[in-house]
Amino acid sequence: MIIEPRLVITMAVICLVGIGVYGLLITRNLIKVIVALQILVKGAILALVLAAELQGQIQLGQSLALTLIVADTIVAVVGLALGLQVRRRVGSLDLRDLSKLKG
Amino acid sequence: MLEVVVAGGMIFCAVLAIRSSHLLQSAIWLAGSSAFTAILLYLMGAPQIAVIELSVGAGLVTVLFVFAINITGEDASTVLPSIPRGVAWVAVALAIAAFTGMVLPGQRPALVETGPEVLTSLLWKDRAVDMVLQVALIFAGVLGILTLLGGNEDAGEISGGAHDH
Repeated sequence: MIIEPRLVITMAVICLVGIGVYGLLITRNLIKVIVALQILVKGAILALVLAAELQGQIQLGQSLALTLIVADTIVAVVGLALGLQVRRRVGSLDLRDLSKLKG
Repeated sequence: MLEVVVAGGMIFCAVLAIRSSHLLQSAIWLAGSSAFTAILLYLMGAPQIAVIELSVGAGLVTVLFVFAINITGEDASTVLPSIPRGVAWVAVALAIAAFTGMVLPGQRPALVETGPEVLTSLLWKDRAVDMVLQVALIFAGVLGILTLLGGNEDAGEISGGAHDH
């Protein structure tokens, strides 16, 4: 049985999106949230390139994916820096502790 | 067949990155997932973005994660979920259904057919504004990091940029 590569990649994209959404929902550690976001964006990058390949415009997909990678890296960097500050000031990376802050 | 193996490895690494109870192991599994993603992108005929994904996703971001985990240390609060797992699974199923609905045949919007482009000319001529915005985004990220990491000794001051004496 020959499996169509595009079908495999489509299924992989759906799995990555599912894993990323599940991770975002289930975890409450700040760094784990960023890990889940990275996985979600990997699915989006693959989906962009796959859609561009299906339309015969692979270079356009690559340029859009480049923008996405840059934005995702900036989000990760700023998120990790925020995590460092939260850890220093609150003493924990737990998101529930952040929601209990007042003032 | 190669796509199946690579996609399987990518999903396996992604699952372990979420399931792992240690943050450092989670970061390493995320790097593995990035490496498999880069291989998959190469197999799809996008070598330039595969190289960028490999160097940025598996290299730079992993180094940043290890740096951050080294400073913050492992947190024991990673085990308990924030919401019930049943609710999370329902939400994931809804998200996958919505995503699958968008990629079904007949739902895709028709794009305007254009000729074959070269990535560099596409980036620097057709999408020059986007490139300028990316550069601005990178500088904004660097400035944000410097603001967040610098001058953090003053209590009650999050940014640390302004000091009142």
